[in-house]
Amino acid sequence: MDKHELFPVSRRGVLAAGVATATLAGGPLSAQEAPMAEGPPPTSPVTLKVNGKTHRLDLDNRTTLLDALREHWKLTGTKKGCDHGQCGACTVLVDGRRINSCLSLAVMHDGDEITTIEGLGTPDRLHPMQAAFVRHDGYQCGYCTPGQICSAVAVLGEIRAGIPSHVSASLEAPPEPSIDELRERMSGNICRCGAYSNIIDAIREVGGQGAGGKA
Amino acid sequence: MKAFTYERATTPAEAAAAAARTPGAKFIAGGTNLLDLMKLQIETPRHLIDVNRLGLDRIEATPDGGLRIGALVRNTDLAADARVRRDYGVLSRALLAGASGQLRNKATTAGNLLQRTRCPYFYDTTKPCNKREPGAGCSAIGGFNRNLAIVGTSEHCIATHPSDMAVAMRVLDAQVETVTADGAKRAIPIADFHTLPDATPHVETTLEPGELITAVTLPRPLGGTHVYRKVRDRASYAFALVSVAAVLQPDGTGRLAFGGLAHKPWRVEAAERRIGQGARAVAGAVLDGARTTPQNAFKTLLVERTLDAVFTSARA
Repeated sequence: MDKHELFPVSRRGVLAAGVATATLAGGPLSAQEAPMAEGPPPTSPVTLKVNGKTHRLDLDNRTTLLDALREHWKLTGTKKGCDHGQCGACTVLVDGRRINSCLSLAVMHDGDEITTIEGLGTPDRLHPMQAAFVRHDGYQCGYCTPGQICSAVAVLGEIRAGIPSHVSASLEAPPEPSIDELRERMSGNICRCGAYSNIIDAIREVGGQGAGGKA
Repeated sequence: MKAFTYERATTPAEAAAAAARTPGAKFIAGGTNLLDLMKLQIETPRHLIDVNRLGLDRIEATPDGGLRIGALVRNTDLAADARVRRDYGVLSRALLAGASGQLRNKATTAGNLLQRTRCPYFYDTTKPCNKREPGAGCSAIGGFNRNLAIVGTSEHCIATHPSDMAVAMRVLDAQVETVTADGAKRAIPIADFHTLPDATPHVETTLEPGELITAVTLPRPLGGTHVYRKVRDRASYAFALVSVAAVLQPDGTGRLAFGGLAHKPWRVEAAERRIGQGARAVAGAVLDGARTTPQNAFKTLLVERTLDAVFTSARA
């Protein structure tokens, strides 16, 4: 059996897939109408605003937000580490909140605004957090860095918003960007090179010594 | 990940009806646990019903002085709510002790209650697991079971429920509000919501097929001192070995619930009458009938010591 028999692609097949997509756009297919054993995997139309630019694609429903960013929009700054929400390398901001983009489906984010590391700053105009990571040597291999920086920017926002953490002594007093607070809040971002102390120094600098520091 | 069809539900009743009529359907909310399991093909839904846009994301006061927490309220928002911080500190503390900032931003109140165990054999598809494949056998019994259950276990399963939030919900006697496929609504006391493994470890709650959680309600505030103390292998971002949720009153009475010990948040009301006798007496009553393994027997002493730390911190 040659490759063409294994994966027969005819003009008719492509057209049929197009029709299936159009049907899906009009309303959900039920599982009975779309048996999984046959035909192309089900897709859905997705519109995302990524770093200010609007993207529209029909994506396989299984596509994670991470894979949509990397494989479809070629924004490879966001990294795939564990792909199970354990390492934080894939951290992006969705409507300003940090999430693990590997544990979310792109189709669930239709209409959402996504900010990736590419949207925070550019090589010519670094975000203050990027500049601080450079200044403090907050990395070694750099693979976790985009996730660390996206997370760090969000952490300072969470502190400014008064969101407490596990190590906050009081649930009611405004939290401060102390070393203990930052270490706890950054625990979802793993750095295998162990640049943690420099990462904390960088975030401390951007966050200032008290709440209300600029991010 | 296996392929699936996808729809966005528009009302809770429609979501429940769609789930009941569609074979292999599952709800997806935050997705932080379900997608992890789908990638490993431990969960293989043929159809996903996205419930994120049902408007179930508000926290409202109830007429009797409690709070009604929408099913889709994210863990971060629930922990940070001013009323929760003021009146239900044990719930804020439990939420903040769980997962990471990124996960708490996504994970929902209902999804947290429904998360699956982190038993290593449930995750290892090369090993038998009665929870994953009913009747296959339990690899944890006689296997690596240091972090697994010591009370409420069965010969079929010794998995624990991994949630911190659910332990606080149990100590507060929350109620789980649902809508069923035929549109009927009901409220399930949290004590009756999670089940013990018995001979059917794959059944984890008393929800019916298609039944959708719409809210979790908290009764009026209990007052007292709220403590959530979690002991784990590292200081952050790890599941509990043992956790204690406590609401302790100045008159020496109180309520206690435990995580890391059982297939559900563990609470023994009779043990609470012994609070005045100290941690050892309470721990003895909480762990009555416990069945430990050489690896997890340390948990019995850890319960006593964690309780002692809770009582000490509440007195301070």
